[in-house]
Amino acid sequence: MIIELGHFALILALLMAVLQTVLPLVGAAKGWRGFMAAAEPAATSQFLFLLFSFAVLTWGFVTSDFSLRLVTMNSHTAKPLIYKISGVWGNHEGSMLLWCLILALYAALAAWFGGNLSETLRARVLGVQGAISVAFLGFLIFTSNPFTRLEIPPLNGEDLNPLLQDPGLAFHPPFLYLGYVGLSMAFSFAVAALIEGRVDAAWGRWVRPWTLVAWMFLTVGIALGSWWAYYELGWGGFWFWDPVENASFMPWLIAAALLHSAIVVEKRESLKSWTILLSILAFGFSLIGAFIVRSGVLTSVHAFANDPERGVYLLAITGVFMGGALTLYAARASALEAKGVFSLTSRESALVANNILLAVAAFVVFVGTVWPLLAEMAFGRKLSVGAPFFDAAFTPFMVALAALLPIGATMPWKRARMARVVQPLRGALALSIALGALTWTDQTGQSILAPVGAVLASWVVLGALVDLRQRAGRGDLSTKARRLARLPRADWGKAVAHAGFGITIFGVAALTAWQTEDIRVAQVGETFAFGPYEITLADVERFDGPNYDTTMARMEVARDGNPVATLFPEKRFYPVARMPTTEAAIDNGILRDLYLVIGDPQDDGGWAIRSYIKPFANWVWAGCIVMALGGALSLSDRRHRVAAGAASGAAAAVPAE
Amino acid sequence: MKALLLALSVLFAAPAWAVQPDEILADPVLEQRARDLSAGLRCLVCRNENIDESNADLARDLRLAVRERLVAGDSDPEVIEYLVDRYGEYVLLRPRANGANLILWLAGPAMLVAGIGVAAVAFSRRRGATRRDAALSPEEQARLDAILRE
Repeated sequence: MIIELGHFALILALLMAVLQTVLPLVGAAKGWRGFMAAAEPAATSQFLFLLFSFAVLTWGFVTSDFSLRLVTMNSHTAKPLIYKISGVWGNHEGSMLLWCLILALYAALAAWFGGNLSETLRARVLGVQGAISVAFLGFLIFTSNPFTRLEIPPLNGEDLNPLLQDPGLAFHPPFLYLGYVGLSMAFSFAVAALIEGRVDAAWGRWVRPWTLVAWMFLTVGIALGSWWAYYELGWGGFWFWDPVENASFMPWLIAAALLHSAIVVEKRESLKSWTILLSILAFGFSLIGAFIVRSGVLTSVHAFANDPERGVYLLAITGVFMGGALTLYAARASALEAKGVFSLTSRESALVANNILLAVAAFVVFVGTVWPLLAEMAFGRKLSVGAPFFDAAFTPFMVALAALLPIGATMPWKRARMARVVQPLRGALALSIALGALTWTDQTGQSILAPVGAVLASWVVLGALVDLRQRAGRGDLSTKARRLARLPRADWGKAVAHAGFGITIFGVAALTAWQTEDIRVAQVGETFAFGPYEITLADVERFDGPNYDTTMARMEVARDGNPVATLFPEKRFYPVARMPTTEAAIDNGILRDLYLVIGDPQDDGGWAIRSYIKPFANWVWAGCIVMALGGALSLSDRRHRVAAGAASGAAAAVPAE
Repeated sequence: MKALLLALSVLFAAPAWAVQPDEILADPVLEQRARDLSAGLRCLVCRNENIDESNADLARDLRLAVRERLVAGDSDPEVIEYLVDRYGEYVLLRPRANGANLILWLAGPAMLVAGIGVAAVAFSRRRGATRRDAALSPEEQARLDAILRE
């Protein structure tokens, strides 16, 4: 019964989405205030219905209701409770429901906090957001219904893919979806502005926080996914240039470009039509991502449901929304007049360069991702595009971006003098080159990657510090401290996010260039030397887990005779899914991770042991977290809070109808 | 033929886990070359994994084939050629820059040039427009003169 209620609520949510689309759009066109006002209750109730529906599905998973097809296919009574809950979105249908829930959440947030938008803009934003909801709820209900029942429920389920039985599943997809779907807000704002034919500084101020929120969540989501792959897949890779990773990376790059161009709209009323285009494309890449993940046209380790019918539906959604928005863009963009003028050396130009580099980088990832498909269809060549291509074709753009960043970030608006901009950065540049040279001499005969990474990373981080020092101005220490404390949070956010970018660059370069590995057969009780460490395979035992059998090794790590860590790498076997997994054991450190994996037993009684030293591995994700923190700081800036405060003030001033 | 026998012999072995201790060549230089080559070769039955990281049996066969060719004295390009002859260019993770693939390789640089070009045109057009706007109309000039005279 409760399952049917959940199913019914899902259908009601679709009806609400239809109302949320039609009423405000018609109302805004005709100037009917009652119709426009219907958007808010429709958005709120759509969200509440979906929340209920999602809770019911979760209930089905927690109580192992095997009359639900989805639960049977993806759960098992012996599965730990946390994976029963996170298993709700560890499959196509459930994750699509989560997607719709988040979509409705964003619409509801825009309805609740959108009081200071003009009435028609708000109605149109909610209407466009509603239209996206209609498309996805229709997709969910008609092609991927999570509430499909089984006539004869089995005694037990088929269990969740063991690779997904990990705390990573609890956080990685929700964060990622909050990011992907959050970009729908920028899209809705762009389309609404095109319908209105007006883009001004207020629009930029409104669209930026939504993009920031989406970008922050996307940053954290991608970092979590990368970290998860690092410890789960058993050899410590953190990025594979897999189509599905690329699907999340393209919107991230475009959102990063959008964040920067929206600043120009907000502060200088320039780059308007470009910003609108980016808003459309950012969500477009989210849609393409959904298509790539769920249609199965590209082979990927993440492949969800590989159903051509779903693929066609998703392609149609992408086509309709992108086609519609881009047509509208073509018709209306010329009406958006830029006000601010700027010289070739100015912060505006630097941000244009940032946008070109980010957008071209996203384009390279896009072409590389779809090329196997295109080459086969158009030229009959069956080929692969993998990591070596992306490393070669993508990296130069990031190098250029990092090289330009500190200069652009400290440049004044409108008109700058290059000599003046470069002067305070000379120290940072000299220090960075010195650090690069040090790195170069420290490593002999290895790749150029690490020194280049070190130069760029320290240049970007020191550049962020110089930016702050500039803002502190002249005077004694207390004056400077007071100025820094009073600096807008957005300026702090900018410096922190840029520093985070530098940290990630260093982590990626150092990890890629310097990691060392050791593969050998070790007998129980044997000690072997690896780098500066002595590693002892002390013991190997078998245990029973809740829904798996495990072979667990006890490995003692020492350095110069002093114990460093005792690690327990595992090899698990999940009997229901008939699938083995490796659970690497990692001793985390600031300067290095020690990463141990146990392999198969050998004929001579020993075990295959793989050990890695991963220098600065954690810097990769720490940098991402710092970037996201920078985003959060910027989001908490007074200007955005003032905007929210103005919303409540304006709402109070409206007389009761 | 020897490679085929080798391949068959391992095909029925237990599931392998990426590079196994028994695969490693005694000569560290050759082994390093084998690792570098493996990182650029696709495991044909996997989803986008290279043979160095893959756990599939076929990946092990390919790793052994690479090492065998290296021990037989092949150069790196010869090893690649050997595998492409047998498995097609699908095995290469770094697509060759020939024929239609030039589109793939040049897409980024071409887009960069186009982007800079568009920005430059927009910039110069904007400049021209503002210069015209910047000139004062006769009334404005008269008012300015009046203000300056005061």
